[in-house]
Amino acid sequence: MAELLFWPAFLAYGEAAVAYFGNTRRPGLAGRLGTWGVRVGWVVQTGLLAVQAGRSDGFPWATWAGSLNLFVWLVVGAYLIWGCRPRYRLLGLAIMPLAALLFALARIGGGTGTEGHSGYSDVFLVLHVGLVLAAFAGFTLAAALSGLYLWQERRLKSGAAGVLRLRPPSLMTLETLAGRTVVVALPALTLGVAVGFLRLGERGGRFDALMAVTLLTWAVYGVYLLARYELGWRGRRAAYIALLGFLLVITVRLALPATHFA
Amino acid sequence: MSSTLRLLGLSHHVAPVELRERVALDLEDAGALAHRLAAPGGEAVCLSTCNRTELYLVGVEEEAALDALGADSELAEVLYRLGDEGAALHLFRVAAGLDSMVPGEGEILGQVRAAHDAGAPGPVLDRVFRQAVHVGKKARSETAIAESPSSVSSAAAALAQQVFGNLAGRKVLVIGAGKAAELAARSLAARGASIATVASRNLSSAEALAGRFDSGAAGLEAVPAAVGDVDIVVSSTRASGFVLERGHVADRRGRPLFLIDIAVPRDLDPLINELEGCYLYDIDDLEAVVEESLAGRRREAARAETLASEEADRFHAWLLSRDVVPAIASLRAHAERIRTGELERAESRLGRLSEHERRAVESITAQIVNKLLHLPTVRMKEAAATADGAMYASALEHLFGLEDDRR
Repeated sequence: MAELLFWPAFLAYGEAAVAYFGNTRRPGLAGRLGTWGVRVGWVVQTGLLAVQAGRSDGFPWATWAGSLNLFVWLVVGAYLIWGCRPRYRLLGLAIMPLAALLFALARIGGGTGTEGHSGYSDVFLVLHVGLVLAAFAGFTLAAALSGLYLWQERRLKSGAAGVLRLRPPSLMTLETLAGRTVVVALPALTLGVAVGFLRLGERGGRFDALMAVTLLTWAVYGVYLLARYELGWRGRRAAYIALLGFLLVITVRLALPATHFA
Repeated sequence: MSSTLRLLGLSHHVAPVELRERVALDLEDAGALAHRLAAPGGEAVCLSTCNRTELYLVGVEEEAALDALGADSELAEVLYRLGDEGAALHLFRVAAGLDSMVPGEGEILGQVRAAHDAGAPGPVLDRVFRQAVHVGKKARSETAIAESPSSVSSAAAALAQQVFGNLAGRKVLVIGAGKAAELAARSLAARGASIATVASRNLSSAEALAGRFDSGAAGLEAVPAAVGDVDIVVSSTRASGFVLERGHVADRRGRPLFLIDIAVPRDLDPLINELEGCYLYDIDDLEAVVEESLAGRRREAARAETLASEEADRFHAWLLSRDVVPAIASLRAHAERIRTGELERAESRLGRLSEHERRAVESITAQIVNKLLHLPTVRMKEAAATADGAMYASALEHLFGLEDDRR
């Protein structure tokens, strides 16, 4: 059943990515199709997660690939908060190809089936994995908003004649939303990491590279908030910090999983 | 098919303003003219704007319309004359903004609606004008024909919105008190921005313009200090040097500043654009944006043309169906009279039937009539769509003696 649900969700995400690209060439129908692709894909993936939860006798997303599956669901869900509005379709162009790619990786890694679960307690995993992944989903969204900000900012600076042909949300909207997303995501990461360290202290264990990079990520987004709200670093500088943080998020999600999940 | 709907008109495409102004009417006069023309059982609507004067007529002689319009031979020569589907398509294109100087401009749709309300429409004009308003709305909602700005001032305001989003509460510094500065300021104010200060070399001119926006007035020397408090700067003076230089713009702690320089020679130092959070557009930049957006409108116009054309086909089908609908209705009424007459004649023989049996007989005879008439009705409607409707209707009336029925 879970396998059956993967393909429609994956195809819907893929369709959304292609449609959002088509929307940049000719805004209108393609954009609407993209939005429906996101909606349908997310609903189907929700079904997939529900089936995984129902069939598993433990926390079903404790493996690297399983957590990637959950991460994609959180990212797309967060995007859907604004993504249905026409002006945010360009944001979908940044989010959906990445979501489709990570979803495919989750399947290749076996994270969309019903086999894997962890020996850790469910409460610990829900808190630790859930909070950290929710924070990473927020950072991913903030990075997409920041990327869109930088792209639009450059167009406005250059005085490009076609600057009004594709109209994303205003610079101030993008900047404010990115900031608010980090404001919500950073406490979630703080809690998630704290839960992880508490458990590390109780049961003992090795401090690994993934933990180190996660702490670095936390520091980068801490600097982001400090610079943005205390030093008045808005706009381009804040966007670059958000993108730097996202590089670390991707490193944590993709490059260092073996050191932690093993 | 007889020609039902007629259009007589002229527009900026065929007549210069010297001719157009001779037949230009305000809404009240246009409505009065329509009512005069429609008086003895006809229909008339007069659409008169600065770019066109058009009479949509049903059952009104062309000569009477020309006389009422006061059209001389010179005017009569340039008038276009369209009938039925062509007239409908023209009106749909007008309502969609496809016939306007700026494709997709929004004002015309309201003018079409107002002309309809003020005129004397009957069934045909009512239908075609309602359909026109529908086409106008559809063209604007389903295509991007009306989305992009079509003037320098509206482009400036649209760009400001790309920086700030909602302009409500955004403060504007207007440098210069001429027409161009006022136009740009009005465009920003219409979107919610607040004009904080008008600065001009001539203080009395600044005060005059400031009075119109309920804002403060100042001399040009106050400009560098005033920039720190505002979000948008509009400049259009005749100064020979820069009124605002890069050094005048202090660190804004991340607050964006949008600057519009519509003066030639330029008022604002182009180096300001290099400052973070500052976006400077001069007249060439704005004109390029307008040109690109007009090109975009023209591209979208092709899609709107398809919408207008589809609606014209629908109107055409409706117009044709009008030829056969009365004949079909007469045929059905004729058949129903025969059925009920025959039942009445057989009353003496049916008297012994129970109420239940009587209802069964009623139902069976009605079904027979319906089945007999079903195919001819369908064929008649099909014939109407191929323009043979009038001929079929006439044949039907002749074969069944429906002319006598109508009399």
